[in-house]
Amino acid sequence: MTTTLDMTATDLRAVNTTLQAAAKAQANEAYVITNPRGSHAMACGLDGPLNVTIKGSTGYYCAGMNKEATVTVEGSAGPGVAENMMSGIVTIEGDASQYAGATGHGGLLNIKGNASSRCGISMKGIDIVVHGNIGHMSAFMAQKGNLVVLGDAGDALGDSLYEARLFVRGSVKSLGADCIEKEMRPEHIETLKVLLEKAGADAKPEEFKRYGSARKLYNFNIDHADEY
Amino acid sequence: MEKTPQTDPRQSWTFSNSINSEIRRAAATGIYDIRGGGAKRRVPHFDDLLFLGASMSRYPLEGYREKCETSVTLGTRFAKKPIELKIPVTIAGMSFGALSGHAKEALGRGATLAGTSTTTGDGGMTEEERGHSEKLVYQYLPSRYGMNPDDLRRADAIEIVVGQGAKPGGGGMLLGQKITERVAGMRDLPVGIDQRSACRHPDWTGPDDLEIKILEIREITNWEKPIYIKVGGARPYYDVALAVKAGADVVVLDGMQGGTAATQDVFIEHVGQPTLACIRPAVQALQDLGMHREVQLVVSGGIRTGADVAKALALGADAVAIGTAALIALGDNDPKWEAEYQKLGSTTGAYDDWHEGRDPAGITTQDPELMQRLDPVAAGRRLRNYLNVLTLECQTLARACGHNHVHNLEPEDLCALTMEAAAMAQVPLAGTNWYPGKPGF
Repeated sequence: MTTTLDMTATDLRAVNTTLQAAAKAQANEAYVITNPRGSHAMACGLDGPLNVTIKGSTGYYCAGMNKEATVTVEGSAGPGVAENMMSGIVTIEGDASQYAGATGHGGLLNIKGNASSRCGISMKGIDIVVHGNIGHMSAFMAQKGNLVVLGDAGDALGDSLYEARLFVRGSVKSLGADCIEKEMRPEHIETLKVLLEKAGADAKPEEFKRYGSARKLYNFNIDHADEY
Repeated sequence: MEKTPQTDPRQSWTFSNSINSEIRRAAATGIYDIRGGGAKRRVPHFDDLLFLGASMSRYPLEGYREKCETSVTLGTRFAKKPIELKIPVTIAGMSFGALSGHAKEALGRGATLAGTSTTTGDGGMTEEERGHSEKLVYQYLPSRYGMNPDDLRRADAIEIVVGQGAKPGGGGMLLGQKITERVAGMRDLPVGIDQRSACRHPDWTGPDDLEIKILEIREITNWEKPIYIKVGGARPYYDVALAVKAGADVVVLDGMQGGTAATQDVFIEHVGQPTLACIRPAVQALQDLGMHREVQLVVSGGIRTGADVAKALALGADAVAIGTAALIALGDNDPKWEAEYQKLGSTTGAYDDWHEGRDPAGITTQDPELMQRLDPVAAGRRLRNYLNVLTLECQTLARACGHNHVHNLEPEDLCALTMEAAAMAQVPLAGTNWYPGKPGF
């Protein structure tokens, strides 16, 4: 059964209360949200299996801290979509603004369009697949997880990167401090294959280059001061 | 032959022995000095204020007989479940990682026994801390280490850290020697690397964005938890006004004497304002917005005695937070470890290399052997005792000024010993009815 919540008649608090209760009930129900009109903090804090489809574009922090739920935005998403996501799947059919997937710990953030700057900033285990391009300073201080970009990457990709893995099919305008191109080994091809399939992306793993941390900035060394 | 009188060797004030030793250290290493703690320089402080006490124009309350209330409620603006504290002294945020698990447990135990709250720090919430803290404030920091919605929901309040007094505008660095397997696991980082704590949040950039961030956190936590915003003592009038605009229930204002686990000495000593200078502008901002007492103000940075507590409250704070003093109550810088401090090139009272993880007192360390030196039960009792003394002292002063609640203390109860303190606290210089900047003079 699918329940529809119309945001011209139901306010944000009521929508989130309904969704959060349904997720907590572990009933794996389906909800459709109509007329989101760019509302902020939609479908955030879901903690359980639930299928939510948002018919339109959302504001800041849609699906923030998501756990287990599947959230689809049939439009574009404002800043911080799926921030600090723990698990589940969040799909954006359009574009995503700044900080998409920021500090995410797990799950899959699937962006069908482009993502703006700082995509995957400080990510901590989330997988992010961007079918288009990503903006500057993406994966800044990214700690864990995978960022896959089918298009091009902007300036300073992976600046001050930790152990996150970055895969880019197109061009990279510039790499950030301590981020280098790395060998694509069989295990990376396999990881990428799984992610591309899961995201429904039409691309071959062999088309990508891998970027990661040179690990030169892991411990402070005065001889590296010019890197900053 | 009579000896020619000699002028005594004269040390330079500008190039003192201390300064010269730092020049030599810098020349030898090429690295700036990193240390823990807050500003060590002398700045105008609560010691520069005095209470006037009761006299002909007002009468005191009877000590040991008449009640002087100390309770405080934090988070009354929007939160469904504000925090009720028995005393107006809370424990400031300090991270697991910077502190040992035993130390965090001791802070929780002591705070709970005294009827107040304690606060997590960078690195997330530990079971020791949650389990032993009846009221726990969960910090929401730029790094978001260990941040997760489950801990958000089991917190009693959430503190969004914008800055701290030791380093307004700065991040942090937990050096690799303290990044054990457990600390690294909580922070999703490799063991043994230097761990950078970011200086700004990854997904908002200003008060307009922060307002939406707070909306998100409230939506995730069912609007139950009080939301604090912590700022360092930089531009207190505007920072507090913007925190209120962003939707804070509580503003935590940390002056430059507030401590840190590890920051450059140059940052600690040269950025930010003294706690005393921050309070009146912050209160003025709240008053101008009609929010004084509706948005509560918690002041921290150099609170040591019940007199400090009472003076902060008299200047308009609703509560204070202690960090360094709480660690000293647990056993930090205790003279019984003097021989070991000396081996580390320091001495009791001066030991501040908390980032190195070799703390003889077993507090600012992750070394399993050193950690065992701190008994969390006994240390928690010491903290409880200390918090009780702070409260009793504060009550004593409030009664002497004729108040039956510590929140009834007011600037008119105070005078200043120095021009600087008079200007900062906006209370008259002792023996006058004037302070610098007072309108009409």
